[in-house]
Amino acid sequence: MLNKTTYLTHSYETPDGHTLAVYERQGGYQSARKALGMSRDAVIDEVKKAHIRGRGGAGFDCGTKWSFMPKESKKPHYLVVNADEGEPGTFKDRTIMERNPHSLIEGCIIGCFGVGAHAAYIYVRDELHLSKERLWGAIREAKAKGYLGRRAMGTDYEVEVYVHTGAGAYICGEETSLLNSLEGRRGEPRLKPPFPAQYGAFGCPTTVNNVETVAIVPTVFKLGGDAFSRLSDLHGFNDGGTRLFGVSGHVKNPGVFECAVGLTLRELIYDLGGGILGDRELIGVIPGGSSCPVHLPDEVVNVPDDPRFEPYNGKSILDLPLGVETFRAAGGMLGTCCAIVLSDAADPVLAIHNLMRFYKHESCGQCTPCREGCGWIDRILTKIVSGQGSIEELDRLSEIGSDITGNTICAFGDGAAQPVLSFVRKYRKNLEDYVLRGGKSQTGRLEL
Amino acid sequence: MAFALSPEREQQLQQILSRYPNKMAACIPVLHLCQEANDNWVSEDVIAFVAQRLDLSTAHVTGVVTFYTLFNRERPGKHQVWVCRTLSCALRGSDAILEHCEKRLGVHAGQTTEDGKVTLRTAECLASCGSAPMMQVDKNYHENLSLEAVDKILDELVRD
Repeated sequence: MLNKTTYLTHSYETPDGHTLAVYERQGGYQSARKALGMSRDAVIDEVKKAHIRGRGGAGFDCGTKWSFMPKESKKPHYLVVNADEGEPGTFKDRTIMERNPHSLIEGCIIGCFGVGAHAAYIYVRDELHLSKERLWGAIREAKAKGYLGRRAMGTDYEVEVYVHTGAGAYICGEETSLLNSLEGRRGEPRLKPPFPAQYGAFGCPTTVNNVETVAIVPTVFKLGGDAFSRLSDLHGFNDGGTRLFGVSGHVKNPGVFECAVGLTLRELIYDLGGGILGDRELIGVIPGGSSCPVHLPDEVVNVPDDPRFEPYNGKSILDLPLGVETFRAAGGMLGTCCAIVLSDAADPVLAIHNLMRFYKHESCGQCTPCREGCGWIDRILTKIVSGQGSIEELDRLSEIGSDITGNTICAFGDGAAQPVLSFVRKYRKNLEDYVLRGGKSQTGRLEL
Repeated sequence: MAFALSPEREQQLQQILSRYPNKMAACIPVLHLCQEANDNWVSEDVIAFVAQRLDLSTAHVTGVVTFYTLFNRERPGKHQVWVCRTLSCALRGSDAILEHCEKRLGVHAGQTTEDGKVTLRTAECLASCGSAPMMQVDKNYHENLSLEAVDKILDELVRD
C-alpha cells in the first residue's frame, strides 16, 4: 500500500537541511539522549522490536545483528557503516549523506552504544565527495555541541565517528572486503567464520550496517520500536517500518521516495515513478539493485504453503508488497529496494550484456569460479550480441552461472549469477533471436 | 626526486593517523592525500614514501594501489572525466553521452587529450541512477545530462 512518510526525508528540500540547526528543529538528537539513558540490552531490544531489515540488500534483522556482539570483551568494539553505495540502480544512501547527514551521525551514537563500541567508521566510496564533506561537517557540528566525543550527549560514554574513504571497488560493499579495505589492505573478502561480530575490524568485534539502517534508528527511538514496526504492512513478516525506495531507468519521474514498507512495484513504477517513459510497455523490472533476479510483468505470485501469502497468491508480482520475505518466497530478492525499469524500447539482451560487463569488471579475482566465470559470461554475451553466438553457448551461460553460485567466498558470485540466470530463463527467446538472426533483432538499443 | 608532502599536508597526514588504532589503516586515505599532491597519480616515489611513513613494505602498498581503480599509475590529464555507463545510465542514453565526449575531445575512453587537459574514462555505477545520464568531472557530479549540457562542461574544461 502506498503510504508516504518523511522520517528521513523531512528536510531533503529545506535549504540547509543538512545542518544541525535544521535537524534539531525536527527533534534531532533527542533519540540519542533517550537511548544513552537506557541500558545496552534495552537499546538492542527496542531495535529488535522495530524489525529493521538491513537496508544494504541482505535484509538481515538489525537488532539481531547487534545482539551478536559480545557482552563482555577485553578488545574494543567497532561500528562500521557501509556507505560504499555502488550496486547498479541504487542511489538512496547518497541522499541521506548529502541531505540528512545528522540522522546517520545520531544513528551512529545509538549504534555504538548498542554494540558497545566507542568508535564508528563510515566507509564512504571515494567518488561521493559531497557526501564525505557533509558527513565531516555534521561530525564537526555534533562534536562542538558535545553530542560526540569523550562525553557523548553529556553522559560518560565516549563516541567518536570518522569518515573513511575507499578508492573505487564495488566489492568493498561486501562487509568483510570493506573491513580489509578499512584496515588498509586490498579489498578482498574474508572467509566466514569468523564473523565480524567476533573478529571484524582490526581483529575486534565489529558490527557492519548499511547507511539507511543506521540512519533510521533515531526514528525507532522517537516512535518506539513496536510502533515503528507497525508502520509497515509487512509487520507480520517481521519486516518493519519505513524505508527509501528508488526507481530508475525507463520511468517518467525517477528518484528516491520514502514510504512505509509494503509498497508494491506497481505503485513504485506508476504512482511514484510517474509511469513508463513515453507511455510504452513495461517488459521487466529488477526490484532492488542489479544482483536481484529480474521480474516480468506477467509473473504471478504462487506461494501455496504459507498462509500469509493468501492475499497475494494469484496476483501479479507487481502487486506483491516489496519485502524481504515476500520477494524471497516469490523466487526473487528484494535487495536494496531501488528498482531498474525496462520498457519495450530496451533490448533485454543488451541489458544483461551491460550488467555482466559490470560484474566482470568488479570481480575481485580471489575465487576462480567468479573471476573466470564472470569473464566467460561476458565474452559469450559479447559474441551473442555481435551475432557470432550459438545456442550451445547460450546454454552454457546458465551452466556457468550455476557453477559460480555457492562456490565463492563472498556473495558477489551469487550476485553476479542471479542476473544472468534470470535473464536467460526469462528472456530466452530474445537471446535465441540474437543467435538465430545473427544479432539483428529486437530494438538493438537500451535508451528510448 | 624523492616525494615529500607540504607542511600543510603533513599535518593532514598526522590527522589521518590519529583516527585509527594502527598505521596500516591510514594506507588508503594517505595514498589519496599523496596522489592529490602528485598531480593525481601514484608514482614509485609515492609508494616508497607511503610505505616508509606507515611502516609497510612497498609490496603491500603496491598491492593496495593496484587493487583500486581510483589510484592512477600514470599521470592523468589536468581534469578527469568519468562517464557512467552502467544499466540505469545506459537506459537513459549514456552511450550517446560517451560518444559525444569522445568526438568532442578527439580521444577514446581511457585516453588523455594531446594538450594534457582532459582524461576521459568510463565508470561503473556512481550511485546517481535517478538522475541519469551522469558524469563525474574531477570531484563534481553532473546529472540529468543532455548533449548541450555536456558541451558546456567540456568547453569550460578545455578553456581552463
